Amino acid sequence: MKIYRSLDDLFESLPVVNGLSISFHHHLRNGDGVQNLILKKMNELNITKLKLYPSAIFPVHTEMLKLLQKGAIDAITTNYLNGSVAEYIAEHGLPNQLKMQTHGGRSRAIIEGETIIDIAFIAAPIVDEEGNAAGHDGPSACGSLGYAIEDSVYAKHTILITDHLVKKLEQPQIFSQHVEAILVVDSLGDRQGIVSGTTAITKDPVGLRIAANAAQLMDELGLIKEGMNFQSGAGGISLKVTEHLKNTLKARKLKAGFFSGGITQSHVNMLEDNLVNDLYDVQCFDLHAIQSLKKNPHHHAISAHDYANPANPKRVIKDLDVVILGATEIDLDFNVNVTTDSYNTIIGGSGGHSDTATDSRVSIIVTPLFKARTPIIKERVNTITTLGKNIDCLVTERGIAINPKRTDLLAKLSNTHLPIYTIETLLNKAYEYTGVPQSYDLKAQKIGVVEDRDGTIIDTLHTKKRR
Amino acid sequence: MNPIVVGSLESSDCLITLTPHPSRKIAIESIVYDAYHDAIHAVIMSLLDDYNLQRVHVLCQDKGALEYTIKARLKTAILRFKEVHHES
Repeated sequence: MKIYRSLDDLFESLPVVNGLSISFHHHLRNGDGVQNLILKKMNELNITKLKLYPSAIFPVHTEMLKLLQKGAIDAITTNYLNGSVAEYIAEHGLPNQLKMQTHGGRSRAIIEGETIIDIAFIAAPIVDEEGNAAGHDGPSACGSLGYAIEDSVYAKHTILITDHLVKKLEQPQIFSQHVEAILVVDSLGDRQGIVSGTTAITKDPVGLRIAANAAQLMDELGLIKEGMNFQSGAGGISLKVTEHLKNTLKARKLKAGFFSGGITQSHVNMLEDNLVNDLYDVQCFDLHAIQSLKKNPHHHAISAHDYANPANPKRVIKDLDVVILGATEIDLDFNVNVTTDSYNTIIGGSGGHSDTATDSRVSIIVTPLFKARTPIIKERVNTITTLGKNIDCLVTERGIAINPKRTDLLAKLSNTHLPIYTIETLLNKAYEYTGVPQSYDLKAQKIGVVEDRDGTIIDTLHTKKRR
Repeated sequence: MNPIVVGSLESSDCLITLTPHPSRKIAIESIVYDAYHDAIHAVIMSLLDDYNLQRVHVLCQDKGALEYTIKARLKTAILRFKEVHHES
């Protein structure tokens, strides 16, 4: 295995030309120093017409911003973006387009050859001298490297970048047969930004009410049972729902099948309390998850392909019974937006939202009815991230709406004391507090598309109109 | 002349600043400007009318306050303004 200690030497070995397609993963989150290191070098070499395939983009990614300002980036395909890059693109667009994919869709596109990556630059917290890599150990440990696996296998050139080179690594997630070279650097990034710490369970009374409603809804729908498979994010409300689930499983002496997706301390505690059989971890959200991955044999690091590739019949999320998800907006057809806000600012992206909502037997959106006067329910969302046909329930602090096409769920709830309304009624309840918004249109030039996991374009993105 | 300042820049609140001005003038900065500018303007005008206050500059820096919050903040500001400037 070729091991470089100098970035210049590595770059001399690589076909770095204008029009290059390169990829990165986002497991170092807002502590990532690797993408900045590589893009800074691209900038120095005056490479232009770059096509970028990062799995996500965060505020830390300032070298990308410099390349954008220089006009050196032709197109970006990603799953999530916020920070200054998002702001720049929302104002100026790109010469070519911004494509927002899902986590599962990104994996599918790479494997099926829709996405062709010339060089995958993979930040790898622990690498052995043969070129095997993982994320669970080393000074920049981030846990699972799930979103980098397909890149490592399918890129024309796969480069590992590490600050922790060891003789031999047991249980790698990335295998040496796919790796061309290793670059050893002093540090992969900022430790504080890599591990966000423990996400706080909500204490806000509105959040508590939403979580209690969601937990009771899950119970009344018969979803809390032996062997149930569950996914929830790291948001404060989702974590509270997970806590309710834990208490119910404990009280009834039940054990869940698996939890999947982004793993947190809450999920790990339930594994260690013997309340769930397995954790399928595509991304660790905190230190507890990273440590658990190291020591718990039933905590499995999986790839995006194993997790959510829609073309993979064995994908984990296909067996989900229930997923708890957030929403920036949801409309009367239950379409959900987590890509832009109500004022057409790019704030995120699907990640696994559409993937899990589509596959899970029941998908539940948890959100306050309005946030800072802005109603979350809209007549029409600003951007569709997840199609309404894949969203089943909306749970707010002031009521619950069930997608009318889920007559089976409505039938189960026929004798409930839960506050079930139509989504139109919930919208009007929101308006009682916020007032009816005046109409406005903040979309200017088209700058990109939202692609669903199967490759279907489900919406377009636009620059934000100036006032 | 010291302006009257009421409220905060916390989410779901607003900061109201009143300064003497030859004629009534309203400036609105809001995170929900596109959706609620007209509504915020209307509630400020209506409350100023209720208190018959003309010679004032109102700056409303809004972080998504509901209407009753804006009213409460502005009403407090108006009462203080009148006290300080001896307006009836």
